[in-house]
Amino acid sequence: MTPARKKRLALILLMVGGVATGVGFALKSLDQNIMFFFSPSEVISGKAPTDKLFRMGGMVVEGSVHRPGDGLTVEFDLTDNEHSVIVKYTGILPDLFREGQGIIANGKLNASGEFIAEEVLAKHDENYMPPELADMHDGKESAQ
Amino acid sequence: MIPEIGQFALIVALCIAVIQALVPLAGASFGIQRWVALAVPAALAQLLFVGIAYGCLTWAFLSHDFSVLYVAQHSNTKLPLIYRISGVWGSHEGSLLLWTLVLALWSGAVALFTPGVPRVMRARVLAVLGMVSCGFLLFVIGTSNPFERLLPAAAEGSDLNPLLQDIGLAIHPPLLYFGYVGFSVAFAFSIAALISGQVDSAWARWARPWTNIAWLFLTLGIALGSWWAYYELGWGGWWFWDPVENASFMPWLIGTALMHSLAITEKRGTFKAWTALLSIFAFSLSLLGTFLVRSGVLTSVHAFASDPSRGKYILGFLAVVVGGSLALYAWRAPLLRSAAQTRLLSRDGTLLLNNAFLSVVTGAILLGTLYPIAIDAMGGKISVGPPYFNLMFISLTAPLGVLIGIGMLIRWKQDSLQRLFDQLKVPALLVVALALALSLALPQWLWGAFLGIAMALWISVTAVITIHRRFHNRALLSTLRSTPAGFYGMLLGHLGIAVFIIGITLTSLYTQEKDLRMAPGDSYTVAGYEFTFRGVRKFNIENYVATRGSFSVRSSDGGFQTDLFPEKRIYLVRNNPMTEAAIDAGLTRDLFIALGEPLDEQGAWAVRIYYKPFIRWIWLGAIIMAIGGLFAASDRRYRSLSRRRARVSQDAARQVS
Repeated sequence: MTPARKKRLALILLMVGGVATGVGFALKSLDQNIMFFFSPSEVISGKAPTDKLFRMGGMVVEGSVHRPGDGLTVEFDLTDNEHSVIVKYTGILPDLFREGQGIIANGKLNASGEFIAEEVLAKHDENYMPPELADMHDGKESAQ
Repeated sequence: MIPEIGQFALIVALCIAVIQALVPLAGASFGIQRWVALAVPAALAQLLFVGIAYGCLTWAFLSHDFSVLYVAQHSNTKLPLIYRISGVWGSHEGSLLLWTLVLALWSGAVALFTPGVPRVMRARVLAVLGMVSCGFLLFVIGTSNPFERLLPAAAEGSDLNPLLQDIGLAIHPPLLYFGYVGFSVAFAFSIAALISGQVDSAWARWARPWTNIAWLFLTLGIALGSWWAYYELGWGGWWFWDPVENASFMPWLIGTALMHSLAITEKRGTFKAWTALLSIFAFSLSLLGTFLVRSGVLTSVHAFASDPSRGKYILGFLAVVVGGSLALYAWRAPLLRSAAQTRLLSRDGTLLLNNAFLSVVTGAILLGTLYPIAIDAMGGKISVGPPYFNLMFISLTAPLGVLIGIGMLIRWKQDSLQRLFDQLKVPALLVVALALALSLALPQWLWGAFLGIAMALWISVTAVITIHRRFHNRALLSTLRSTPAGFYGMLLGHLGIAVFIIGITLTSLYTQEKDLRMAPGDSYTVAGYEFTFRGVRKFNIENYVATRGSFSVRSSDGGFQTDLFPEKRIYLVRNNPMTEAAIDAGLTRDLFIALGEPLDEQGAWAVRIYYKPFIRWIWLGAIIMAIGGLFAASDRRYRSLSRRRARVSQDAARQVS
């Protein structure tokens, strides 16, 4: 091999190596940072992990939102119209958080089966329904 | 009547676009000068008619014509004038019309401002732009007609989404579109060159200023979006790795890579194939962004009410554009082989590495963005959060920071390790020492802060050396005059990165955040600033009701004092609540207060307080980068060279005819 070719080969190997490392890195960290989505029914039936963060989506049950104590902690029930799970969240709720609205919460289950949310998301559209919920309600939606 | 004129103008524009796409191309292939000459007037006529259509829609907004469905859905008699103008692109149909208009504007600019480009080449470029335009006009007319009538007319419109009633968001989409669509010009130049099979480095020189301008618009558009999210959404964040943000960031990254590879191709005549490929990717990612936002596969602030036929159309269009141009590329790429060797230890080599890193980062972001969609198609539900993107982005762009410094000082073609080491050892030590001193002065020692500061200093110090080397031992005035604008553009672009790095490093690491309950009279201290809540009052303003909180802020040494008035607004037409944060902006820190919700009858509120150090530097950095892009694009050598080219091409044209 001529020296020029050797250099070219080294360059190509370096690039391939770089890309491979990058892709490896990406897949590994992707694997660690994926959040799975569960409905309240799935959570009740024990399908959700107990040691990992996950997302739960559903409708906020009418009349269930209350603040125990005088801090920023708020409690509400989240339902998929079959089962509901108690959600606890400390912090400021998004503008479009309302009873009867679809929301998504990120968080973990505690020992007594309550969902401790780290983040509550309600999208900025009065008609928003979490896509996952929209699937569940497909029949209803199309009947309208 | 006016809406029908708009609709008709769109159809005429489509007919012209078809002519623009086919006739000049055929003329160029068969050597028919008259057909080639049609390209410029066709592009200008198309601009005229798309402009008329756009004007008609704007008129419908201004005159409250609620018999137009789109206007009835997105406007209101109480809507202030400026938001009636920006309301045109406030939702799907109108923003696609804006897309088409911007494309027509770019085509018109190519038609008028490329005096040096041979006529045949220009005709091919305009034909490619015409094809893209056909695709979008068909899309607008077929699936997203903004002029659809609502009969009987609504008595009152249902108002523009309150989130969009903001000056930052009024100009964010046009800037972004000028960037997105601007990459179509570089794309068209590449495709035209591939079609003709004449791929010399001239096309790189022609495409360069256009790419720079598109890039600078995209930079400003993204920065403006980030700034808007910061003050308008009330979360105090400036980037969320939202899929739609990613959709705009990926073309930016590839566009950045493209600017650099165009530099090598122009200067050294190498990497022609790679440059052509990048320009295809940059535009394809812009289209992908449009697909992601418009098809409704994503739900986000940006994803307007969607309709599956639209998603299918864009996906099909994307497949045609990407598939077609890649097929053309595969067919023609062997022509692009260059004779010159590239050595790693040269400016060519560092630019190549820059391209490699930028492409890999883009790939990683693409993976994280599309993965949930792919899983969703297979019936799973997952989401990929910011930790993934942060890890990938930071670990892959950190080497780029080091490369910027080396890249500015290394020689073209071939350099020696010894020479580089001799040059860089003192600056490197200086940077480490300075960074150490600066990060020890911060409230808390953090490795991340040290690395970020060192990176920013490294870029700044090497930039200073670069300037010094150019002006050292030379007459200042004549050197100033002979230094190309592109040199300053390069420096500003890189210094913008340094400023940006300082901003993100310090903001991410030293932000202090507190959500708390405050009753009137309560005080709370964050980062040496004491915030006192004085209570709320209600105000009625144009189209909303505001509950305005009143806070006084005082630094503990008493040297600083101000009042802040965050608001909770209810927009009356849609009964939408909105948080309007109050921000005291400063070069070294922002103080940010947002009202949450009322907690009890005694007037206590949930309140969010942020102390954000150096956050302005993020957008400041972006502005400096954009100015750099402007300098680079204005380099006189594009003009003078194109004049010289013009003579050559006239001779060539004479030979053809």
